Amino acid sequence: MAETPLTDRIGPERKPPGLAEYRRAGGYKAVDKALRHLSPEDVRNQVTESNLRGRGGAGFPTGKKWSFVPQGDDAPTPKYLVVNADEMEPGTFKDRLLLEGDPHQMIEAVILSAYAIGASQAYIFLRGEYVTAARVLRQAIAEAKDAGLLGHRIRDTDFSLELHLHMSAGRYICGEETALLSALEGRRALPRTKPPYPQAAGLWGYPTVVNNVETLCNVPHIVAHGGDWFQSLSHTDDGGTKIYGVSGRVRKPGLWELPMGTTAREIIEEHAGGMRDGYRFRGLLPGGASTDFIVAEHLDLPLDFSGLSKAGSRLGTGTMIILDDHTCPVGMCLNMERFFAQESCGWCTPCRDGLPLVTATLAAIEAGRGRPEDLDLLEQHTRLLGMGNTFCAHAPGAMEPLQSALKHFRDDFEQHIREGRCPYR
Amino acid sequence: MLTEQEHEVLAQELERYPDRRAASIDCLVRLQESRGGWLSDETLADLAPVLDMSVHELDALATFYNRLNRRPVGRHLIRVCDSVSCWIMGSDAVCAVLRERLGIDLGCTTPDGRFTLLPTQCLGACERAPVLSIDDKQYTDLRADDLDAILADHD
Ligand SMILES: Cc1cc2nc3c(=O)[nH]c(=O)nc-3n(C[C@H](O)[C@H](O)[C@H](O)COP(=O)(O)O)c2cc1C
Ligand code: SF4
Ligand code: FES
Repeated sequence: MAETPLTDRIGPERKPPGLAEYRRAGGYKAVDKALRHLSPEDVRNQVTESNLRGRGGAGFPTGKKWSFVPQGDDAPTPKYLVVNADEMEPGTFKDRLLLEGDPHQMIEAVILSAYAIGASQAYIFLRGEYVTAARVLRQAIAEAKDAGLLGHRIRDTDFSLELHLHMSAGRYICGEETALLSALEGRRALPRTKPPYPQAAGLWGYPTVVNNVETLCNVPHIVAHGGDWFQSLSHTDDGGTKIYGVSGRVRKPGLWELPMGTTAREIIEEHAGGMRDGYRFRGLLPGGASTDFIVAEHLDLPLDFSGLSKAGSRLGTGTMIILDDHTCPVGMCLNMERFFAQESCGWCTPCRDGLPLVTATLAAIEAGRGRPEDLDLLEQHTRLLGMGNTFCAHAPGAMEPLQSALKHFRDDFEQHIREGRCPYR
Repeated sequence: MLTEQEHEVLAQELERYPDRRAASIDCLVRLQESRGGWLSDETLADLAPVLDMSVHELDALATFYNRLNRRPVGRHLIRVCDSVSCWIMGSDAVCAVLRERLGIDLGCTTPDGRFTLLPTQCLGACERAPVLSIDDKQYTDLRADDLDAILADHD
């Protein structure tokens, strides 16, 4: 059996382990080890060597992200660590498992990561709908405080850390890391110009690291077992395991922690039980609504941060959404573009005005009122709203499923226009 | 006017941040909870001096965030997920049944003030789609026949 460090203590009928149980399973040993025997720089080096890359969607190397945080006596203080637990990417439900299932793992991850970058204040930015996660986290934070694992002079060392929970009032753009900082400061969640990057000037102008829940949960295991061990868990060069998910018309939708670089075919056929009777596979979005479709010929590519570029796509959050042969690809794009249009923060014109136009065009095609030139209009917009033309990655993300659908499912779009109706109804 | 209890709740929220504005969103959420699920002009006016912010700044937040309601809502808030995985698994049909049973459109409240029906974004339970929540309790793997029993649980 492959190792599953992130989910070992999580099971469908299991309650989240309390402090005592978490400790019995080896929990908080990495904190003791790091605080007594490792310097912050040692921890940063371990994370760099492990080849851990961000699980929030963009896959940025975590050690490299941390290396931009100013260190030494002249570094501005306080420094902040922020856990991105906003998880609003449609089709994504992996961070929830980690938060609800093993809250102490999250807290241990925060302690170690804050130690590594020298942060004395940490926030978990949790989406408002995750009320169960909020309950178990609050309880675990209280337990950790009582045990001297959080607060002033942790474990009688010079390291102190406050951990706070912030419940988001809800908006997809809050997940974008600079918008998230605006929200934490009590403002509208508008993204900020980069540079300066948050590591240099983030929350209230101080050095800040924002990492995804799943990214950080790997850190205790890396500190406990080393970067080489972490790298060995993976089938590819990107270290570790990955929590993969499947939703859509498969027999057993769900989540599985598997070696990084597992193929979509293995996940769908062996873990998700294959397609439901009467449904055929047509394509999938590998990691949430803002990734490009891949199709049958790509099913044997390793799902890691570089493997999908051959298929013109990317791993994203690693929770895939399956398109079956009874579901209209045009309707599916319409659903997603409507979401992106609604969730645009409205700051920059291409996104604020472009996404509603794209949505209206798709709605017309879906309703049988499309014109042949509409496909050119859509294609043009996938470029106009692409990377570099908008203030943040929201609109470019929105264009990924659309541009790939226009490529892989072009016949469907053309048939809608030609026949003046949706052939799936 | 803020009650004493509300003052206490707001003080708890203010503790977690280095400045008052930072607590504004949490404070709006908490006051919404204690005041029937929505934020009136009066509520914003009550909160503004506590945070040293203007009513207009608070309004800018209240109209931006999805979970803040600037209009009255019913006793129970139904949120139906209309994001992509739920859509594939039939959220349109769930929504149609709810609208028919409640006799209202999305965004509206039943005349008896019992339910407000809202669409929502992915609730993070896509493996059990379609999904809805009532007052943040989730109902998953929905079938149209389940809905009457779920509604009957809330009066
Ligand atoms: C529109 C938008 C929404 C995002 N939503 C999330 C989210 O909900 N959770 C998350 O971890 N990252 C999200 N991200 C990515 C973050 O900006 C950021 O890259 C990530 O939190 C970094 O963490 P990582 O390096 O550990 O992956 C989003 C990005 C964009 C552009
Ligand atoms: S791309 Fe969209 S979400 Fe991002 S800043 Fe511009 S308007 Fe806001
Ligand atoms: S799409 Fe409905 S819960 Fe995720």
